Amino acid sequence: MIEMLEFLILDNLVYILAIVLGVILTVAYLTYFERKVIAFMHVRMGPNRVGPRGLLQPFADVLKLLTKEIIFPKNANKFLFLIAPIITLATAFAAWAVVPFDDGWVLADINAGLVYVLAMTSLGVYGVIIAGWASNSKYALLGALRSAAQIVSYEIAMGFALVGVLVAAGTLNLSDIVRAQEGGIVNWYIWPLLPLFFIYYISGVAETNRAPFDVAEGESEIVAGFHVEYSGAAFALFFLGEYANMIIISALTAIMFLGGWYSPFTGDSWIAQPNIIWFLAKTSIFLYAYFWLRASLPRYRYDQIMRLGWKVFIPITIVWIMVVAVMKVYNVGPWWN
Amino acid sequence: MMISPELFQQLIFYVFATFTVGSAMAVISVKNTIYSALFLVLCFFNTAVLWLLIEAEFLAITLVLVYVGAVMVLFLFVVMMLDVKQAKASQLKQSYTKAAILIAAAMLVELMMLFGYKLSGQIPTNELIRQEQGYSNVQEVGMELFTHYVYPFEIAAVVLLVAIVAAIMLTLRKRDGNKQMDAAKQININPAERVRIVSMKAEKGHGQDRGEES
Repeated sequence: MIEMLEFLILDNLVYILAIVLGVILTVAYLTYFERKVIAFMHVRMGPNRVGPRGLLQPFADVLKLLTKEIIFPKNANKFLFLIAPIITLATAFAAWAVVPFDDGWVLADINAGLVYVLAMTSLGVYGVIIAGWASNSKYALLGALRSAAQIVSYEIAMGFALVGVLVAAGTLNLSDIVRAQEGGIVNWYIWPLLPLFFIYYISGVAETNRAPFDVAEGESEIVAGFHVEYSGAAFALFFLGEYANMIIISALTAIMFLGGWYSPFTGDSWIAQPNIIWFLAKTSIFLYAYFWLRASLPRYRYDQIMRLGWKVFIPITIVWIMVVAVMKVYNVGPWWN
Repeated sequence: MMISPELFQQLIFYVFATFTVGSAMAVISVKNTIYSALFLVLCFFNTAVLWLLIEAEFLAITLVLVYVGAVMVLFLFVVMMLDVKQAKASQLKQSYTKAAILIAAAMLVELMMLFGYKLSGQIPTNELIRQEQGYSNVQEVGMELFTHYVYPFEIAAVVLLVAIVAAIMLTLRKRDGNKQMDAAKQININPAERVRIVSMKAEKGHGQDRGEES
């Protein structure tokens, strides 16, 4: 019993380390990928100086940020100023605990996984609010208020989209949600839950404050929003948290609507086998969509963001939850027969 | 290290219980209102951990989601916008203090009576009823809410809805001369009515002349 407990703790530490390191490395190369994608959309070259094809650019950026001085604004609340980026990062990483990478490849296989993820992603707003207030700057406070209002609004639409998934799968356990979508592309929940799928992903983009919903850091109005006073390693933490959140939103979309680790093909051939590669590929599609949106859409006006969240998304989700419930009760195939 | 799982669990309980009580005390004792609100967040968090220890994982996560993720965010908003001055020691001796102490004393007595009742053996307190692994208390909560308690649950939902509508109605004010935008009009705009596209010949030589002048 005693050895078991220690073994469990040690084992979990190794898994946690693997996930955290994996996420950090992915974030590093995600920034490279983002710059390359946007560069090609702008018909430019993108980073190509550090290392072959610019592949070492992320490390150069990290080194630069880490060696820079952290400047504290005058009259800033030092403790809260320092703890804000840590909160952002911690909540972004905590959500990864319940993400199933492959069948059985999950750190904590808990029954309330879906609610846990929603709770953790909604906590990220504290980092933003505290950073905005502790900076003792008008721009930072304005950015924080905008961001908080936006996150709280879109969380509702996001939660309702998740209720749709919950109704469809009949469970909150993320692994079981994936298992319920076994058997080829037609069995994925993207088809019966198509409106919820779009709403979930778009709300995810809004929750992570990415373009076209990035009024929280609208450069033309409030310089850089809530993290305007941050420099060096503290800024790097905010950056890391934002990208980790982007990856988790993409991963969850793949899990809940695109059947996680299952292959789109059916049959016995090697290509139809469930594999972690499928999961990673699906996640990458949504990560690419983030950059695609950023390169092609102009920033939303603030009242348009609020209108979209409250007057468009929430009514659609409420109606579609009813539709899903009816489809489930009448065992509409191929999902519920 | 020789720590049995039971001892480990008790250790976790005492650590988080201390944090809960400590942060709850800090909520009312710190001078800065922002710190107060943040300590309340910490208190909710630690309470959630205590609920996890009694295997109520759904309730624990819901506590974090609803209270920490939504309610406290709005609280912090209000506290930041109000610009509350830091409380001074002299304020503590004002008239409210006596009433507050009275209420607190009454609650303390009530709690002690409750504990006395429980500890006197009415309810088995020494052993928590453990469920098997894989037992879903999400399902259990849902079944109870929608079968046994369906009327109270639905009535509570309607009361909350009425409260939302009432709050909005009370604070909604229409000013004269409000230049609010009508989204439907903006979407249905026809570009042909606003922009006139003119085809004209390029004016040759004009640019060159100006170049020579300067």
